[in-house]
Amino acid sequence: MTLTIVVLALTLLAATWAVMTGGLIRAVLGLAATSILLTILMFMLGAGLAAVFELSVCAGLITVVFISSISMTQIAAKSDSAKWARGHLRHYWPLPLILVATGAIVAFFCLKLPIELPPPAESVDAKGMLWESRQTDLLGQALALFAGVFGVIVLFKEKEK
Amino acid sequence: MPPMDALVVMKTYWIFIVPLAVAGIYCLVATRNFIRVLIGLEIMTKAVTLLIVVSGYASGRLALAQALVVTLIVVEVVVISVAAGIVQGIFHLNDSLDIRKSRNMKG
Amino acid sequence: MPTYFVLVPLALLLALNLPLGSLGRKAAFPAALALAAAQALAVVFLPASAYSLPFFLSSASSFSFAADGLSRLLLLTIGIVGLASLGVGFGTAERGEERRRFSNLLILAITGMNGIVLVADLFSLYVFLEIVAVCSYILIASRRDSGGLEGAFKYLVLSVLATLMMLSSIALFVLMAGSAGFRAVAGFLAGGTNRGLSVLACALFLGGLCIKAGLVPFHGWLPDAYSGAPPAVSVLLAGIVTKSTGVYSLMRLSSAVFGFAFNMGPALSFIGLVTIVFGAFAAMGQKDMKRMLAYSSLCQVGYIFLGLGTGTILGFAAASSHLFNHAVFKTQLFVNASAIERQTGTRNIDELGGLSKEMPITSWTSVIAFLSAAAIPPLGGFWSKLLSVIALWQAGNIPVAIAAIFTGLLTMVYFLLFQRKVFFGKPVARQAPVVEAPFCMTAPAILLSAITLGVGILFPLTFGTIILPIAGIP
Repeated sequence: MTLTIVVLALTLLAATWAVMTGGLIRAVLGLAATSILLTILMFMLGAGLAAVFELSVCAGLITVVFISSISMTQIAAKSDSAKWARGHLRHYWPLPLILVATGAIVAFFCLKLPIELPPPAESVDAKGMLWESRQTDLLGQALALFAGVFGVIVLFKEKEK
Repeated sequence: MPPMDALVVMKTYWIFIVPLAVAGIYCLVATRNFIRVLIGLEIMTKAVTLLIVVSGYASGRLALAQALVVTLIVVEVVVISVAAGIVQGIFHLNDSLDIRKSRNMKG
Repeated sequence: MPTYFVLVPLALLLALNLPLGSLGRKAAFPAALALAAAQALAVVFLPASAYSLPFFLSSASSFSFAADGLSRLLLLTIGIVGLASLGVGFGTAERGEERRRFSNLLILAITGMNGIVLVADLFSLYVFLEIVAVCSYILIASRRDSGGLEGAFKYLVLSVLATLMMLSSIALFVLMAGSAGFRAVAGFLAGGTNRGLSVLACALFLGGLCIKAGLVPFHGWLPDAYSGAPPAVSVLLAGIVTKSTGVYSLMRLSSAVFGFAFNMGPALSFIGLVTIVFGAFAAMGQKDMKRMLAYSSLCQVGYIFLGLGTGTILGFAAASSHLFNHAVFKTQLFVNASAIERQTGTRNIDELGGLSKEMPITSWTSVIAFLSAAAIPPLGGFWSKLLSVIALWQAGNIPVAIAAIFTGLLTMVYFLLFQRKVFFGKPVARQAPVVEAPFCMTAPAILLSAITLGVGILFPLTFGTIILPIAGIP
């Protein structure tokens, strides 16, 4: 339990750092760190499949997407980023206080909240679940990927003038 | 695992998930940079992902929760990639990532 | 059988994008046209019993798509609006390449929207909502001009927020009910346990859908997205995307899944009223034709929720018929706005006037659409608004009914004035003479007007046979 709380606190810290840090690349690295910590949390809860997806896709792929976006927009960013890094902290200092306050409010209202759980279901493993009962979602995933490919083609193609 | 224990674990998670989401919202609202907007959205997505997993844990439906999370991750990658594409397009037009330079202020 | 509505377009999409050289490229537009037409005709001609026939591969797969009256109505609307959008796309595409991309994305969007109206699970609903949303972002931004890109970005941010709200709600339902399926959640809510969290879960999901439907105060993305998009995309957005994603989902969930629990009904009616009033007043101040139409769309969608909020069968029937009527006349108006923009080069109301001489078909079809929107009998819009008001009156919600009538009159006055100026007023001097839009754009206009007239005139006859049964299967 204490390990859980430590990792949760680290996750929140990584995310806060991602938000509050001045440089854009550092923010993206903070996001990746948050993903890795999230993976650990999911493993601890016993959700291995989800954890692996989170690690490879979010910590991996999305970080690559962000960093390539940042590098492709680097030209103007150089002039702005120095300005931003300096003034950044000024806007963001209330954040840690807000976060602690939020956590306290949630704890106050929810810790004693009685919750009734549903009756236990037959245990299936995640792979079985995904392939057998949620095929509609798999079809949806395929369509979403199709859409993503179209998006990349339409949005990243050089405009032919 | 006795049910009482799982609920306490879940509520502990809640105490950290809600601030995580708030951090994402704050990032979204307080920034002038398009890419930070996307980072804020991503942080919030992570909070919700964790929420789904922990709900599945507490109610004994981990298999369902994992199936949902896997699909969720795939769909959100597509959304973020398209978003990055749009941001790049805006950058090519305005030569800046400053949201104040685009005509419509986020509101 | 309903599974075909998702798998056939997917197969078509795969076929079109195989590397078959120029054949694949040239076939995109006709294929999309054929698909939309086939969908509309299939819904009109297939009997209801055909929808319970099993999918021929059902032993190997278990897709869970199902269709009832409301779903079929939406499928029909998707087909019709798809056709109109393609017509406009053909007329306004700057290059063959754009036309091909648009056709492909349209087929994908149709697949997504069909999925939305056919699923029976909260999470699957989310997945298909996202598919349609991503297609919308790409389409809105497809010309890569600043209006489109910024409109797309605004829509994206608000849409992702909506998504996150819906997903949180799904997490809570998984926690409390152990499932995200419609029936399971409905059963759980009927049981009445975990009251506080249930209210939160319902509110989160409905709030997310209100953002997608563009109800006040979550409408911020709508005017920019509608007016920044390329013409064919505006037609699609206004005509069906907002409707199938936001409005249909809200209707389906509040009636069948959440069962109007927790005072949902009056809240929906109230949001509807606020949206109507806001949309009506905002529309009056606009100079850009497309923005005006966007705000007027807000207003009309509000009417759908007035009826829905009563929770009665009559209210549901009113909501369904207004959904269809609005889809038809709003699509019509956007088609004509695109035609006007294409032929005159402007969208500014101050620069338009007396178009009835130069663009007769566009003018007269617009007149029919405006009259329907302003609820003039015997056109479709009149009947559906009347039904809404009657439903409100019967449910005892008198103040809202009166406010709705009053706003309806305001809208009527405004539209009549607008029509008079743009179509029948003094012609404005222009550099080049203006001619009627090409056939590809007038054909959908004529078709849509015919539908408006037909629905309106036949309404008393079809009310008992078609409209009420849709509501009777909530």
